[in-house]
Amino acid sequence: MEKTERIVTSERIETAETGEELRQRLRRRERISGSEILLRMLLLEGVECVFGYPGGAVLYIYDAMHGNPAFRHLLTRHEQGAVHAADGYARSTGKTGVCLATSGPGATNLVTGIATAHMDSVPLVVITGNVATSLIGTDAFQEADIIGITQPISKHGFFVTKAEDLARTIREAFAIAAAGRPGPVIVDIPKDVSAEIVEFVYPERLDLPPSLLSPVLPDEADVEALAEAIRKAERPLLLAGGGVLQSGAADHLAVLARGAGIPVTTTLMGMGALPAQDPLWLGMPGMHGTYAANQAILQCDLLIAVGARFDDRVTMRLDGFAQRAAIAHIEIDAAEIGKLVQVDYPVSGDARLALSALNRALGLVAPGGDEAVLASVNAEVDRSPGTAVPVRVSDATEAVRVSVGDETGRRSGAASLSASGWLALVFVWKKDFPLRYRDSDDVLKPQYVIEMIARTTGGDAIVTTDVGQHQMWTAQYGRFDRPRTLVTSGGLGTMGFGFPAAIGAQIGNPDRLVVSVNGDGGMQMCAQELAVCAIRQIPVKIVVINNRTLGMIKQWQELVYEGRYSHIDLGGSPDFVLLAEAYGVKGLRATNKREAEAVWAEALATDGPVLIDFVVDKDELVYPMVPQGQRLQDMLLGDPDLYGAMKEENL
Amino acid sequence: MTDRHYLSVLVRDRPGVLQRVSGLFSRRGYNIDSVTVGTSELEAHSRLVVAVRGSERELGQIASQLRKLIDVVSVSPLGDTPAVARELMLVRLSVPPASRASVRGLIETFRCAVVDVGPETMMIQAVGDREKNDALLTLLQAYGILEIARTGETAMTR
Repeated sequence: MEKTERIVTSERIETAETGEELRQRLRRRERISGSEILLRMLLLEGVECVFGYPGGAVLYIYDAMHGNPAFRHLLTRHEQGAVHAADGYARSTGKTGVCLATSGPGATNLVTGIATAHMDSVPLVVITGNVATSLIGTDAFQEADIIGITQPISKHGFFVTKAEDLARTIREAFAIAAAGRPGPVIVDIPKDVSAEIVEFVYPERLDLPPSLLSPVLPDEADVEALAEAIRKAERPLLLAGGGVLQSGAADHLAVLARGAGIPVTTTLMGMGALPAQDPLWLGMPGMHGTYAANQAILQCDLLIAVGARFDDRVTMRLDGFAQRAAIAHIEIDAAEIGKLVQVDYPVSGDARLALSALNRALGLVAPGGDEAVLASVNAEVDRSPGTAVPVRVSDATEAVRVSVGDETGRRSGAASLSASGWLALVFVWKKDFPLRYRDSDDVLKPQYVIEMIARTTGGDAIVTTDVGQHQMWTAQYGRFDRPRTLVTSGGLGTMGFGFPAAIGAQIGNPDRLVVSVNGDGGMQMCAQELAVCAIRQIPVKIVVINNRTLGMIKQWQELVYEGRYSHIDLGGSPDFVLLAEAYGVKGLRATNKREAEAVWAEALATDGPVLIDFVVDKDELVYPMVPQGQRLQDMLLGDPDLYGAMKEENL
Repeated sequence: MTDRHYLSVLVRDRPGVLQRVSGLFSRRGYNIDSVTVGTSELEAHSRLVVAVRGSERELGQIASQLRKLIDVVSVSPLGDTPAVARELMLVRLSVPPASRASVRGLIETFRCAVVDVGPETMMIQAVGDREKNDALLTLLQAYGILEIARTGETAMTR
């Protein structure tokens, strides 16, 4: 079977001309149409693939693509699929994703995807057509004010009124999308502008404030103050968010954590910031976070948030969040500092620059030279309780209570645990309260499927998720050892995101395994993109965690609305295997563990796209859970028997 | 008038810039008393003066959020007691000829101007800070106010 069609345009071009020759040709000064200017500028910005859908207002742009072998475009089956695919491409590669749609309904179909990217700070350049400038404002056919519509959900927007502005606008859009805290930028191009013939001159100068484009350097005094706080802290904790991945700071984070002996919790957006195998990694915090992560937030005396924004799903009720801790916040967006949580040690700057400065201030070795530090941490782990020194959680919690002294005061100065005592305590929490579920040989458990995927892919796959229970189980039971291996809609929580995002991730990473984990609800929100997978042989492994319900809604209706299930039953249709086959994608099904292992092995051995319908336990719930409106300390662990039995095992 | 602040915001004259600024205020739930806009000393740049209510922390938040907008060049908090804050106000009054003299007395006290007189109405122009204009309006109530138009305060440090 044909492997993924090669994506990279430069490879195609190299057969005819070198990259530099191509650049020279593209930059040539000549009279061309606005549409040709657009395509040239996209190529000059290094765009490998545009995800799009044609329509009346972008006909000139699509006409310019015709017979242009250098320009690669992927035709999705819905504009929403295009924008999510561009997003998945951007999240998995770190490059700016590009999508293209026509005016009116084409543009409004992008809105959910733009908001999704905006909430998670994903760099996108979104190009829309619009009606001709003479018709703007007249309620013309397929007219919509997309710049106005997207103003609250985008980083910036440009309405291009003449073709001579187009080249500079495209350069500026790319610069803005990627600068500082990234985000989506919309470029709206009226039809007559895309048709207009003008002299193309490559824009050497950008009309943007220089401060926008320069790296955000942290203040040295702020860094030194934080370093001093870390030296003095007895129970420090790192909370790593998506900004760590965005800025490429994961290696610096590892040096800090290992060098200073600080445990790390990673938010949903920060998964992979520290390898899941690292003993210092505590898992995800918050509503469905691990016991160890949430307990560490409750008990720490210094919480260092890096590239995170204290989302309510992380903090839960703010008056129950890290009340014993001084808060440090390393953040590129100054508006995030102090937005929700009062910050004692603000460091406004790029996470990579800030962490590297912090490591220097603490005398920690640079990436590559930290083996000795890691070895000493690992030695500590080996000595940690549960193996040689069995300490029970109740004892450990008591120890913290004693050490903290008074409940209200911040860092009361009472004698407390040594730093290694803190790590020992954290390791006890990890060991005694791991994520656990009741397995079964009869019905397939969703957690088992996620564990199986993690086990068989060794943390090497790019995993995209949709939104709901399967998303939380993937965050809990998946394995993310590297940045940009989990692609998920965190802030907006967009159903229908996961599958098209996987297509984009595969286009950006043609040689890697891409697994798309979906629920049976979200899978039906962009299922039409199966056609793209089949026709272009995009070898995404499409997993459906099929519980025949809207599981997360069911879970809330069960726990919060006293079992009054309302409109959550998705049973009866479709047959996902037949649906996949209808589109020309191989379909497989499993209803128990044995079948699951067999069909998953078959899927991994298949070159092209495969959809696997894992028919799982309908009644499984996501635990732990902190109900909305409560504090982290009010965490529910779920089945008490499960943990009761476990505790006895450990004694 | 506790916790009243002024922000002087220099923006590039680009389509949609006012929409972005005002959208930010409503979206984030900031309490804005007024926004004035006009040309500035720089070509192709406008200056907005925003009168805002809130704590120092909220003021810092608003300034930080404004600075993120691409077309915002600078944001300067003027402090809660700027050197000069002025508002222009026009008031149309229902004034029978017999009452004109007493209105004129009031106008002289407040150093405002009569800019139009009709058979039964007068239009008054007042320039001052918000408090002064509020006080004038209270006194003018007695004459029957037909219409009020206020610009909102613009402000500058001394």
